[in-house]
Amino acid sequence: MKRFLVLLAIMFASSSILAIDTDVAFDDPELQARYERLISEVRCVQCQNNSIKDSNVLLASDLRREIRRLLAEGKTDAEVADFLVARYGEFALYRPRMAGKTLALWIAPFLLVLLGGFALFRVLKHRMSLPIDDDTKNEGQPE
Amino acid sequence: MIPEIGQFALVLALSLAVCQAVLPLIGAHRGDVAMMNVGRSAAAGQFVFVAVAFGCLTWSFIANDFSVLYVANHSQLSLPTIYRVSAVWGAHEGSLLLWIFILSAWTIAVARFSSGLPAAFAARVIGVLGLLSIGFLLFALLTSNPFDRLFPAPGDGGDLNPLLQDPGLAIHPPLLYVGYVGFSVAFAFAIAAMISGDLDQRWAKWTRPWTTVAWMFLTLGIALGSWWAYYELGWGGWWFWDAVENASFMPWLIGTALIHSLAVTEKRGLFKSWTLLLAITAFSLSLLGTFLVRSGIIVSVHAFATDPERGRFILAFLAIVVIGALILYAWRAPSLDSDVGFAPLSRETFLLLNNVLLVVATTLVLIGTLSPLVVELATGGKISIGPPWFNVAFLVPMIPLVILLGMGMHTAWRTQASKPWLNTFKIPAIIAIILGVVIPLFVYGRISILLVVGCAAAAWIVASSLIPIIRSVRREKGTAGITRSALGMTIAHLGMGSFVLGATVVSAFGVESDRALQPGESIEVAGFEFHMKSLGNAQGPNFSAIEAEIEIRDNGEYVATVRPQKRQYLVQRNLMTEAGIHPGMDKDLFVALGDQLGDGAWSVRVQYKPLIRFIWLGALIMAFGGLIAVSDRRYRPGSKTSSTAPAEPAKAAEAPA
Amino acid sequence: MNRYVWPLVAVGVLLIFLSIGLKDRDIRALPSPFIGKPAPQFELPTLKNPEVTIGSKNLAGDYAIVNVWATWCVQCRKEHGFLLDLAASKTIPIYGINWRDSRVEAIRWLDDLGDPYVASAYDADGRVGIDWGVYGAPETFLVDPEGTVIYKHLGPLDSYVWQREFASRMASGGARP
Repeated sequence: MKRFLVLLAIMFASSSILAIDTDVAFDDPELQARYERLISEVRCVQCQNNSIKDSNVLLASDLRREIRRLLAEGKTDAEVADFLVARYGEFALYRPRMAGKTLALWIAPFLLVLLGGFALFRVLKHRMSLPIDDDTKNEGQPE
Repeated sequence: MIPEIGQFALVLALSLAVCQAVLPLIGAHRGDVAMMNVGRSAAAGQFVFVAVAFGCLTWSFIANDFSVLYVANHSQLSLPTIYRVSAVWGAHEGSLLLWIFILSAWTIAVARFSSGLPAAFAARVIGVLGLLSIGFLLFALLTSNPFDRLFPAPGDGGDLNPLLQDPGLAIHPPLLYVGYVGFSVAFAFAIAAMISGDLDQRWAKWTRPWTTVAWMFLTLGIALGSWWAYYELGWGGWWFWDAVENASFMPWLIGTALIHSLAVTEKRGLFKSWTLLLAITAFSLSLLGTFLVRSGIIVSVHAFATDPERGRFILAFLAIVVIGALILYAWRAPSLDSDVGFAPLSRETFLLLNNVLLVVATTLVLIGTLSPLVVELATGGKISIGPPWFNVAFLVPMIPLVILLGMGMHTAWRTQASKPWLNTFKIPAIIAIILGVVIPLFVYGRISILLVVGCAAAAWIVASSLIPIIRSVRREKGTAGITRSALGMTIAHLGMGSFVLGATVVSAFGVESDRALQPGESIEVAGFEFHMKSLGNAQGPNFSAIEAEIEIRDNGEYVATVRPQKRQYLVQRNLMTEAGIHPGMDKDLFVALGDQLGDGAWSVRVQYKPLIRFIWLGALIMAFGGLIAVSDRRYRPGSKTSSTAPAEPAKAAEAPA
Repeated sequence: MNRYVWPLVAVGVLLIFLSIGLKDRDIRALPSPFIGKPAPQFELPTLKNPEVTIGSKNLAGDYAIVNVWATWCVQCRKEHGFLLDLAASKTIPIYGINWRDSRVEAIRWLDDLGDPYVASAYDADGRVGIDWGVYGAPETFLVDPEGTVIYKHLGPLDSYVWQREFASRMASGGARP
C-alpha cells in the first residue's frame, strides 16, 4: 500500500505525456465543442510540439483556464486568437491566421492546383498535336 | 574487442565501397568488363563487412557491454533482450548503421537480380549505389561512430527511451528504412541512364519493380508508425503532421507519382525526363528527411539528439548528391523528348493528372513543414503550421485525386472514346452516391458535405476498381485474363478506398471525452458505458504502473474489459501512458489514464473510434497490391518479356490485354 | 534548356536556407511580441506584504528590470547571485514577478539567499505571467522610462548577457538612471 501511495505521489509530481482537462464542461455543448477545438489548435509554447489539450505542463493548464475564461466572457474565436498572439506571437496558433503573412499559406493550395492545371493544359495541348499512333513496344500490355 | 572488430569492419566496408563505386563506373565508361564485374563482388564484400559491424553492435547490446558509449546511453541491465536488439537502431548512431546495412542489402539485391540488364548499365547502377554508401560510411566513421568507447565503463546504462520499448516501434525503423533507402535504387537507375544517355521503355520496365518494392515497405513503415502513435502516445490520434512524419510522407507521395509515371514511360516512352526528375526527387526527399531528423534544425518529438556538425555533413552530402543529379538532368533531359502524342481523353492524361496532384500535395506538405523555418530565418518571427492547416491544404489536391482514381484505370491508352467510357461509370457512380449518403446518415446519424464526399469517394474507388476484374472474370470465365500487374493495381487502389473510408469516418464520427473517475464510477461515451471497476498496482520487468480495470458495456451487455496503465520506467523515470484498447474492425474503444487527481480519482480519456482500423488495413492492402504487381511474369528473370534485346515490334507472343 | 534548370535553382535556394538554419541559433527561443511595445499593464499584491500592490505604474520614469522567477526554477537560483550584485550596484531597479509559486517558500527563499528586488509581485495563478508572454522562468525584461519593453532575455542573467544586451541598450537609448 505504501509503495502504491509513493508511486502515486511520484506520478502526481512529475509531468506526464497525456494531459486531461477535467474542469467542469460548459453547460452549452456548442461552447464546449468550441473550447475543445480551440485548445487542440493552441500550441503549448513550452513543449516540443503539443497542443495545450495534450500537454500537462503548468503553462498549458494555465492557458486552458484563460481560454475557458475568455469563452465564458463571450469572446469570439478571433478574439481568443488575438489574445494569444498578443502575448506569444503567431507561434502559439497551430492554425495560421488568414491575415497578414500567413494568408499566403491559405491561398497556396488553390494557387498550386491552378498552376498544376495550367502546366497540365500546356502539356495536353502539345501532345494533342503530335501523332498518336506509333510503334512503341508493349502494345499488348494492359498498363 | 568486439566493438573494435565492428569499427574495423566499417573501415573495410568503406574501402570496398570505394572499389564498388570507382571501378565499375570507370569500367562502364571504358567498356572494360573486368572492371565492371568488380562492382558485384565489391558489393558482396561490403555487405559482409557491414553485416559484421552490425552484428558486433548488436552483440554489444545483448551482452550489455557498457564500455561502448552508445550502448551505455541507450540500454540497461533490466531491459528485456528483445528491446536490447531494437535499441541498436533506437538512436542516431545505430540507426545510421542500420541505414548503411539496408543500403548494402539493396545493393547486393540489385547485383543479384541484374543479370538481365546490360553490363554497363548494371555496373553504373552499382557504382552509384557505391557512391552513396561511401557518403554514409564516411558520415558514420567521421561524425557518428557507434563504437566509441566509454572509460571507465559504467555499471549500468541510461536505458532505452521507454517510448521505444514496444514491438511496433521496434520494427518501424527497419521497415521505414527499407523503403527510404530503396528509393536510392530508382535514383541509381536514373543516374545510370543519364550518364549513358540511354533512356527508353526498357529502362522504365527495369526500374519499376525496384521502385514498387521500396514503395511497399515505405507504405508499411509509415502505417506502422501511425498505428504505434495511436496506441502508444495515449491521445488516440493517428497523424499529427509533425515534421518527421512529413519527412517520411513526402517521399511516399513522390514515390507513388513515380510508380505511375513509370507506367507511362514503360508503355509509351513518354514523360521520360519527368520520370527521371521524380526518381531524383524521391530519393532527395529521403535524404532531406534524414537531414531534418538528425540536424536539430526543426523541433520535433521524433528528432534524434542533435548536433549541428552532423547536420552540416548531411547537408553537404545532400547538396552534392542532389545538385550532381540535377546537373546531369539539366544536361540530358532536353534530348529525351519524344514525338508521340495522346488525346485529351486518355490514360496518359489521367496519369498526368495523378502526378500533378501528387506533386501539388507534396509541395504543400513541404511548404507546411519548412515555412516556419524560412519565416524565422527571413523575418525573425516564429509561426506555427499545424494540423488545422495541413488537413485543409492536403484535401485540396486529394479530393480530386481520389475521384479521378476511379476513372483512370478504365481509360484506354492514346485515345478513349467518350461514350463507352461514360457508360462504364454509371454503376459505380450510383453506388458511390447512394453509399455516400447512406453511410453517414443511416449508420452514424449525421451528414455534411465533407462526409458525403469522403464516403462516396471510398465507395467510388472500390466500385470502379472492381469493374474490370468482374468483367474480365465474366469474359474469360476465370481469372486468366488478369495479369498480376493489373491485379496488383486493383488491390492497391482498393487499399486506398479503405483508407479514405476509415479516415473520413473516424475524423467525422470519432468521439472523445475527458472525465474524472473514481473506482466505482462510470462514464458514457457514444452509447457505451465505461465503468471503472478498480485501480491498482502492476509491475513490469523495468517499470511500475498504476492500472485501472475498466469494464465496457453496451446497453447493459458486457463488451470487454480494458486495462489502461500509467507506467513509470525505473531508470529514465518517464511516465508512459499505455492505453487500454478494445479493437474491432467496426470501431475501437480507447481508454487512457491522464493524471491522478485528489481523492483517489483519475482523469480518464475515453474515445470512440469508428472504422479507424480501415486506415491501417488500407495501407496493408496497398502494400499487398504492390507485392502482387511486382510478382508479375514480365519481371521474372528469363521471361520473354524481360529480355534486353533491342525493342521489337509488338508480337502476338505477348499476353493479350 | 531553360526549364530543365529550374529544379537546380529551386534546390539551390532551399539548400541556402537550410544551411543558414544550421547556424548557431536557439531553436526553442521565442521572440517576445512586446519588444518596442508598452509593457503589459498589471497590478498585483507584493510577495512580502499582500496589502501593498505593485504594478506597471511602478515601472514608469526610469529604466527598470522585470525579472520573472520562482523557487521551483533551477536556473533562477543560478542567476540569483548576479541579480544581487546588480541590485547592490544600484544601476537599475529590479522588480520581480514571483510566478506560480508558494508565497511561504518564496519569502523563505529570499530570506535565505538575499532579496535583490525593489519588490516582487506575487502572481499566484499565472495570469500576469501569461499577460507578459512568459513561458519559462527565468525571464527578464528591460523596460525604458516611457514604459516600453526594449528587450527580453530567456534564461539566467549573467554579467556577459547584461553587458551585451541590457547595458548596451540602456546606453544607446538615452537617459541613464
